[in-house]
Amino acid sequence: MSRFGVSAHRLWAMILKEFIQMRRDRLTFAMMVGIPLIQLILFGFAINSDPRHLPLAVLDADRGPFGRALVATMQVSRYFDLVHFVANEDESEQLLAEGRVQFVVTIPADFSRRVARGERPALLVEADATDPAATSGALGALETLARTALDRDLTGSLTGLKATPPPFELRIHRRYNQEADTQYNVVPGLMGVVLTMTLVIMTALAVTRERERGTMENLLVMPLRPIEVMLGKIAPYVLVGYIQVAVIVVTARLVFAVPIVGSLLLLTLTSIVFIAANLAIGFTFSTVAKNQTQAMQLSFFFFLPSILLSGFMFPFRGMPVWAQYLGEILPLTHFLRVVRGIMLKGNGPGEIAAEVGALAAILLVVSVIAVRRYRQTLD
Amino acid sequence: MTAAAPAIAVEGLSKSFGGRMVVDALSLTVPAGKIMGFLGPNGSGKTTTIRLLCGLLTPDHGRGTCLGLDILTQSHEIRRQIGYMTQKFSFYEDLSIVENLDFVSRVFDLPDRKRKVADTLERLGLADRRHQLAGQLSGGWKQRLALAACILHEPRLLLLDEPTAGVDPKARRDFWEQIHALAADGLTVLVSTHYMDEAERCHEIAYLAYGHLLARGTVAEVIADAGLITFTAQESGTGMKRIADLARALAGLPGLDLVAPFGSALHVGGGDAALLRHSLAPFLGDSDFVWREDAPTLEDVFIHLMSSSTDNFAGGVR
Ligand SMILES: Nc1ncnc2c1ncn2[C@@H]1O[C@H](COP(=O)(O)OP(=O)(O)OP(=O)(O)O)[C@@H](O)[C@H]1O
Ligand SMILES: [Mg+2]
Repeated sequence: MSRFGVSAHRLWAMILKEFIQMRRDRLTFAMMVGIPLIQLILFGFAINSDPRHLPLAVLDADRGPFGRALVATMQVSRYFDLVHFVANEDESEQLLAEGRVQFVVTIPADFSRRVARGERPALLVEADATDPAATSGALGALETLARTALDRDLTGSLTGLKATPPPFELRIHRRYNQEADTQYNVVPGLMGVVLTMTLVIMTALAVTRERERGTMENLLVMPLRPIEVMLGKIAPYVLVGYIQVAVIVVTARLVFAVPIVGSLLLLTLTSIVFIAANLAIGFTFSTVAKNQTQAMQLSFFFFLPSILLSGFMFPFRGMPVWAQYLGEILPLTHFLRVVRGIMLKGNGPGEIAAEVGALAAILLVVSVIAVRRYRQTLD
Repeated sequence: MTAAAPAIAVEGLSKSFGGRMVVDALSLTVPAGKIMGFLGPNGSGKTTTIRLLCGLLTPDHGRGTCLGLDILTQSHEIRRQIGYMTQKFSFYEDLSIVENLDFVSRVFDLPDRKRKVADTLERLGLADRRHQLAGQLSGGWKQRLALAACILHEPRLLLLDEPTAGVDPKARRDFWEQIHALAADGLTVLVSTHYMDEAERCHEIAYLAYGHLLARGTVAEVIADAGLITFTAQESGTGMKRIADLARALAGLPGLDLVAPFGSALHVGGGDAALLRHSLAPFLGDSDFVWREDAPTLEDVFIHLMSSSTDNFAGGVR
């Protein structure tokens, strides 16, 4: 007997039933829409896209007029709090390591003289980029700030230096988090995280609930095939997944002004693979778990590496190689690349094809496992 | 399949859970169109047997057919043609009556689905509360819903696992009327129960104890086969001794397999007539009681069967 032949009317029966049950379960339904909103708002404040008063230290080896002008400007800026003057690199290193300052600006010796000569000396900025959202905006501000500071002193014979490029070279050295390419890394990532969390749990519970309530016996004795049960359980949650995507995209755009560079249509189309993969994983869990508590535990067990190893929490390329291998088998890893690629870099179908392919492969493997694991007996 | 072929025919069916034999080499034949009562003490393996029949459990040994289909290889086909009412209510409590029936009718892809659902609702008197959530129904109404859902697709065989447990007498009577009406239409029914009056409503009964089939046949046959002799002692009203005293005095005497008080009467019986008479002899002359030999009831037979078979599960998990 075929395990994979699907009949439309049986599948439809399952889907309708699941929809009605979902509608009746008001609390769960509210949570499915509420969770993304709450998460987004919580994280949204954490990633405050226009941070102010970031602690900064200055190592002024120049002690010339331009150096002093720079320091003065930074002191009055609302972007930075100049909290330390350091004497040497060891000291600045320690401040950064301990997280007591977020930036160290090093004004090299002879800075003023070389600016005056038009040599475009380097102005070194070391940034603690652990939290990319905090640093990126400030780094942009720093450049403008330094220019205005110097422009004021570029008078008389030096006026010509005001022209672009600036009379110095801002050399930014990101510490701890080299991959921090954008301050908006978090919001698109959050879409993947929220989907992973809610969808895996929802399906993991959907089947174990049947077992716990005793309705499984009836479901099994009816002529439903495993694939029909699985698809029937998954389909309604695809819609839920899309509601969540919509909530997040709209909030990201309206509340946090996250730019959406790429195509929303492309995002919508590719999301389904990721959503389905997560649902299939949840379904697999439900074939393993004996009760709803176990299903929850399995889901969290899966959720943790998804957050830690996918590149959501830590930059992916910064992880040890074994962790990267682990990360590659998690759907979230690939989805993060897709969603960040589309929303932030404006990636088109060509650039994300490989990642979507990886997601599809995960979906296929997990679905086969799920259907094979689904027992048609009570043994 | 010819009309004479049995609806259920299984041989040597065995199932054990964690080394405990729950169904032991069970052979059972249920003729088509009959109502077969399935009786036995708690934990005797009735539910397990029914699950083996519909393919919900895989037997360790044995083989057989349901409706002419192999229970080992054709369970998907079997499921299409049987109606199984589980011991525990197993429909969706968060769906209304009509939604539950709609679900079943869609799964079976019934032709003329809407009308069939409406007819079934009408037939089982559920039409007025069709939009009530199953979870809010009382026990008896839940049972009716479950029965409605099992017969919706017009199965040829009904497996009912304690369908009337906790149902009031009137509702039980209605329920059995339904079952007889269905059997009259040619349906075969295997129904497990703990109620004696229900056993007597069956065409045939099968008695299972601790995985073994101990008795089978019509009620009269089962009673006759048990070879039981019973007496009833009634308080004469003149003496000082009460039934309880008599019961105490009789307890443990050889040949008395059952001693059961019924109000002011004591019912005693045993399988060995000579031994029973010998043990009772000293009491028969007691003027405090009036003795009378009577016919054993089905319940006597079952209690006798139960006490003469041993519970091989007693003692819990090994
Ligand atoms: N899935 C299972 N795992 C382990 N043991 C089981 C399982 N199902 C049933 N049993 C055991 O098998 C024995 C028979 O159980 P079953 O439910 O078949 O009895 P029953 O005759 O239906 O009893 P009742 O009249 O109480 O419904 C019991 O001892 C029970 O504990
Ligand atoms: Mg039972």
